[in-house]
Amino acid sequence: MPTLQFQLNGAATAVDTDPDQPLLDVLRGRLGLTSAHFGCGAGECGACHVMVGDRAITSCDAPMWSVADKDVVTVEGLGTAERPHPLQRAFISEQAMQCGYCVSGILVSAAALLKRNPSPTEAEVRAALDRNLCRCGSHNRMVRAVLRAAAEMAAS
Amino acid sequence: MTTSSPAPKLPVSLAANPKLSSWVNFTGDGRVAISPGKVEIGQGIVTALAQIAADELDVDISRIEMIRASTAMSPNEGVTSGSLSIQQSGRALRHACAEVRRRFLTAASERLGVDVSTLDVDDGTISGPGNVRTSYWELASEVSLDHDATADPRAKSIDRRIVAGHSVQRVDIPDKVFARPRFIHDLALAGLVHGRVLRPDISGAKLIALDEEAARAGPGLVAVVRDGGFAGVVADNEAAADAALKALRKGATWSAGEPLPDEDDLAGFLRSQPVDTTVIDARTAEPTRKPAQTLRRQYTRPYIAHASIAPSCAIAQWDGDRVHVWTHSQGIYLLRADLAIVLKLPADNIVVEHMEGAGCYGHNAADDVALDAVLLARAAGGRPVRVQWSRHDEMSHAPFGAAMAIEIEADLDANNEIIGWRHAIWSNGHAARPGRAAQPALLAATEIANPYPRMISTNPPAANGGGGDRNSVPLYDLPAWTITSHRLMTMPVRTSALRTLGAQGNVFAIESLLDEIAALRGEDPIAFRLRHLRDERARDAIRAAARRAGWKPPKHAGVGHGVGFARYKNIGAYCAVIAEIEGSDDIRVKRLTLAVDVGEAINPDGVINQIEGGAIQATSWVLKERVRFDRTRITSTSWTDYPILTFSEVPAVVVEIIQRPEIEPVGAGEAAHGPVTAAIANAVYDCLGVRVRDLPITRDRIIAAAELAS
Repeated sequence: MPTLQFQLNGAATAVDTDPDQPLLDVLRGRLGLTSAHFGCGAGECGACHVMVGDRAITSCDAPMWSVADKDVVTVEGLGTAERPHPLQRAFISEQAMQCGYCVSGILVSAAALLKRNPSPTEAEVRAALDRNLCRCGSHNRMVRAVLRAAAEMAAS
Repeated sequence: MTTSSPAPKLPVSLAANPKLSSWVNFTGDGRVAISPGKVEIGQGIVTALAQIAADELDVDISRIEMIRASTAMSPNEGVTSGSLSIQQSGRALRHACAEVRRRFLTAASERLGVDVSTLDVDDGTISGPGNVRTSYWELASEVSLDHDATADPRAKSIDRRIVAGHSVQRVDIPDKVFARPRFIHDLALAGLVHGRVLRPDISGAKLIALDEEAARAGPGLVAVVRDGGFAGVVADNEAAADAALKALRKGATWSAGEPLPDEDDLAGFLRSQPVDTTVIDARTAEPTRKPAQTLRRQYTRPYIAHASIAPSCAIAQWDGDRVHVWTHSQGIYLLRADLAIVLKLPADNIVVEHMEGAGCYGHNAADDVALDAVLLARAAGGRPVRVQWSRHDEMSHAPFGAAMAIEIEADLDANNEIIGWRHAIWSNGHAARPGRAAQPALLAATEIANPYPRMISTNPPAANGGGGDRNSVPLYDLPAWTITSHRLMTMPVRTSALRTLGAQGNVFAIESLLDEIAALRGEDPIAFRLRHLRDERARDAIRAAARRAGWKPPKHAGVGHGVGFARYKNIGAYCAVIAEIEGSDDIRVKRLTLAVDVGEAINPDGVINQIEGGAIQATSWVLKERVRFDRTRITSTSWTDYPILTFSEVPAVVVEIIQRPEIEPVGAGEAAHGPVTAAIANAVYDCLGVRVRDLPITRDRIIAAAELAS
């Protein structure tokens, strides 16, 4: 099997893999990173979102070849309890979830949005999260959390 | 006649599990282990229960470790459903912790040589006059909690609670934002292998022949499992399992299956099946008056999918004739009971341990996949087998919330006042949960060699809130009524508990017709409701929502406002809603304003979160959701075919809590669905002058209803 190289959460990473293997399988299986979740396997729900550059992509249907030499970030790479990303802090402050299964995909979409647009309007946040499904109805809390994080990042 | 105060009674969960040590333990590291039998399903219950324990024990909430439920050690609290966890687990814990505290104070009094009444507890440290002190942890070896709880009440008075009643942050959220594994989907176990189960596309089709050769040839295969019509694969990794299943599918021959109803004539189907009929309630007026007219209206709601964001998942591991199961089931003991039937094993040979899944909103495939994992793991040589359903199977083989047809006849006098009311429901039963019958309710049990029949769903008794009939008895003071439930004895589409059971449909019907009658009278719909309600808490909730929404806002073209109200199960939370919509052909819900009374709100922000979530989910049901099928198969098997509300479509939601600390708390998770559904439908009428009586309220339905009316 060919070796594929990419940056994962800032670290050079190489895996021997079928180039058509979905990125999500490699992240969760081979690399043991469980933040990106399987939801549908068809790129329709956003639970598996990871960031490539400044875009959120569905890792369940992204073949490994498509991320070769790219910069991939998962929630594990966003921040930690000791050094949280402003979005992580804001999601706690706003208690922005119920079950939380969709949350890492949403954190990634929001992080990508704030990279592209550091001070989005509420409508822009909603539009950026439209590819993420939430079944518990925590949408408005999440939107508030993203706007809070944006404000915090602008102030710092 | 003699009077005596009733003997004090233990809370129901504590009566069933009286041993104090099954609920509370002090661990050596200055922590408190609390073991409820209820499970976290995203509703924040473990946090609310931790608050109650912290209050009654006088320890900081950070010391409390909430233990995940397991049949190996947890109290058996049945199922986490019906908005009952705060009532059942909360009361039990409050009582148990209060008794534990008293036992420790008694021991401290002896050790410190001071009177128990002079002792105080601060974050687990017990102190008294003369600066004497000890702690729960110092005394833990002397104070046995292997005692049954006693009935005399001794929980703190309301004014001494300092944690309950406040919005503390949920204990599970940090793990979820920092991607620390908490979900069963993320559980790492040594030697874990992956299973997939073969299920038919055609509804009711049985596996009659299977060529396993291609599946066996794939890399990474551990086993192909076949037990009658049950078949599946186990492989080293998920991709290999998926590939093996694909190969297995090509080798499968299926029977013809069983026909499904006409999805465009659900009422016709529901009203033509053999039924079990129950008169739920009847009230007779004296004297009976002759109506000037009778309004007869039919309302329907479709089958609705639980549609969890995560496909159902379970892990099972055999050790000889014992099996350990990890599951996101809402009822670990109930699941164990069904597994014991299927496996023909004593329940003691089976340990069922809860791990969190995605929000399930009722009985989805969580239990089914657990049996799948158990059956596949028999072929895995003692390795743990993780089974995760596909999105397709989750949307087609899991139970759905039952479709309903509801007809109400309202007799009106010459002033259009209601003098008679007949409400009839046709629906499958709303519950087919495991562990409650002599036969198992699990999907694979209907597929194995010597299969069990598919259980026809039933309805919980009215005393437990009923099922299809939930919330069908009006809370309004009408002079006469007859409420009848017709439960289908056939079940071509598998149904079981979905959030609110029949309450969403019944509240939609009642509140829609009341709105219509108020309009007929030219009376304000809120004034009309208040005039028919004696319950002051109900009136307060409606008035609070009306006030908060500025009822009634001035009329603008293209904008409508509607009201909906119910008390969940007629004994639970009160919820009143004002919906503001914009609409022409397509409806957009702009704002929902809700007032809610759950009695004592243990965690007010948690209650608001539940109500917001319920309101948004209900909006999704009302505007978009409908399980689709043709005559042979479920066709809404993806998010494209079963769309739900997206971020841009979600309304603003404003929630006002009516805090009543003196009243025992009830759950909030299901209070909003019925009232929100009705409020949106009534707002559609206010906006467009069209009564849509068939859910979901889509462009097509509005056009059809307008044509019918003209």
